[in-house]
Amino acid sequence: MEELYTLELIEKGKRVDKRRFDEFRKVEIKEGIIKKAEGSASVRIGETEVTAGVKLDFGKPFPDSPEEGMLIVNAEFTPLASPDFESGPPGEDAVELARIVDRGIRESNCIELEKLCIAPAEKVWSVFVDIHIINHQGNLLDASALASLVALLNTKIPKLEDDKILRGEFERNLPVVFKPINITVCKAGNSLLVDPSFEEEKILGAKLSVCVRDDDRVCALQKQGNKELSLEDIEKMIDVAIEKSKEIRSLIR
Amino acid sequence: MKTREKLIVDGKRLDGRLPEQLRTIEMKTGVVTRANGSALMKFGNTIAIASVHGPRALFPRHLQESETCLLRCRYNMAPFSVDERKSPGPDRRSVELSKVIRLALEPTLFLEDFPRATIDVYVEILQADGSTRVAGINAASLALADAGIPMRDLVAACSVGKISGTLVVDLTADEDNNSEADLAFAMLPSKKKITLLQMDGILTKEELNKLLKLAKDSCEKVYETQKKVLKEKYKRVE
Repeated sequence: MEELYTLELIEKGKRVDKRRFDEFRKVEIKEGIIKKAEGSASVRIGETEVTAGVKLDFGKPFPDSPEEGMLIVNAEFTPLASPDFESGPPGEDAVELARIVDRGIRESNCIELEKLCIAPAEKVWSVFVDIHIINHQGNLLDASALASLVALLNTKIPKLEDDKILRGEFERNLPVVFKPINITVCKAGNSLLVDPSFEEEKILGAKLSVCVRDDDRVCALQKQGNKELSLEDIEKMIDVAIEKSKEIRSLIR
Repeated sequence: MKTREKLIVDGKRLDGRLPEQLRTIEMKTGVVTRANGSALMKFGNTIAIASVHGPRALFPRHLQESETCLLRCRYNMAPFSVDERKSPGPDRRSVELSKVIRLALEPTLFLEDFPRATIDVYVEILQADGSTRVAGINAASLALADAGIPMRDLVAACSVGKISGTLVVDLTADEDNNSEADLAFAMLPSKKKITLLQMDGILTKEELNKLLKLAKDSCEKVYETQKKVLKEKYKRVE
């Protein structure tokens, strides 16, 4: 019933929560909420809530990039967040979400990984971004990407003493030079809408996630859902995402 | 961004191809006789083989959907398919690729025609030299047709990208690893509808739009070969 109503409204150009098609729910960002983490953030988009924490640790660099730090993104769809989530190893959706967030951060070159070398080919900083879903009311991806970015922006690199990490004492900020913003655009009939709610996500089968950097360049794309898109749809969706990314980016301090 | 090598010299790529040229395509159906349908697809050195089992009864029964058929896909790379041995079993990459391949194929099928059943599509990459997921989709789409499963259209797929500042099609592993951007693309060629789109790298909007058109044109070429191979299969019946 709820799905049918949502669909009927969309066909009339309306949404259940009275938003415009190009309007996000209220976005709230809290920083540094986890004192034990080197960086953290909590993002709410409407009722959807995601917490991201950044931990830094030593890592051995990859042979093909001996002087670059490493980035590892992981997502937990904790069973508390939705009756559809189950405990156990990350499922397909969690893996996909983490990999899309990873791509946005990595491909935008927003972290200067070359500044995270401790000893070439031996020891570098590994940046672990862990995403925890707290409440699932739709658009987890945009919320997760935003929480991860804000967490990285307030991440501090710990001090070292005799090759040991001094937790709680910091030497500098993590070098983050861009703010890539992920915007998921859904096709709804002949129109496009952003920030789908949980109910809208269920009925809209054609989505495109677009990650946009500060210079309006696109750094990652992922088509999602089981419905197809035309080339024209995709071009329009990218335009919408580029425009919307500016607004979301302006919410970050 | 890793762009250490010059990948284009005098307008040609390291393997001698022009920017918009696909590698040699090879396709063959019926390579796994115990499966309901199967196909092999090669983009140059990349070899993908796909088999389709089903529609068949789905067990355990609690997984059955009363109004539709389940489509399940598994993308897997053989340990010997790459330079450094890949440890067997699913990793995060193959979990994601299995999902996007499934979503790339789903729009072409009439799943509601086979309630409670499953169609299983298995994609094995025997040799990986870039563009493996799109080779897998091409093979899978042929295998579905080979199995005689009703389809709205075939699914044709290819990769495109930007290397050494030039927009190119069908990236090799070497080109992919050193690319400024790469994009995987699949579409239903006669309906001109896109069912797979993944990109990573840095592109302007204009470059992106050009790449999408390039991908569409290349998929049409792949589609021609797919049709030819399928017709070949039924030639003997004449």
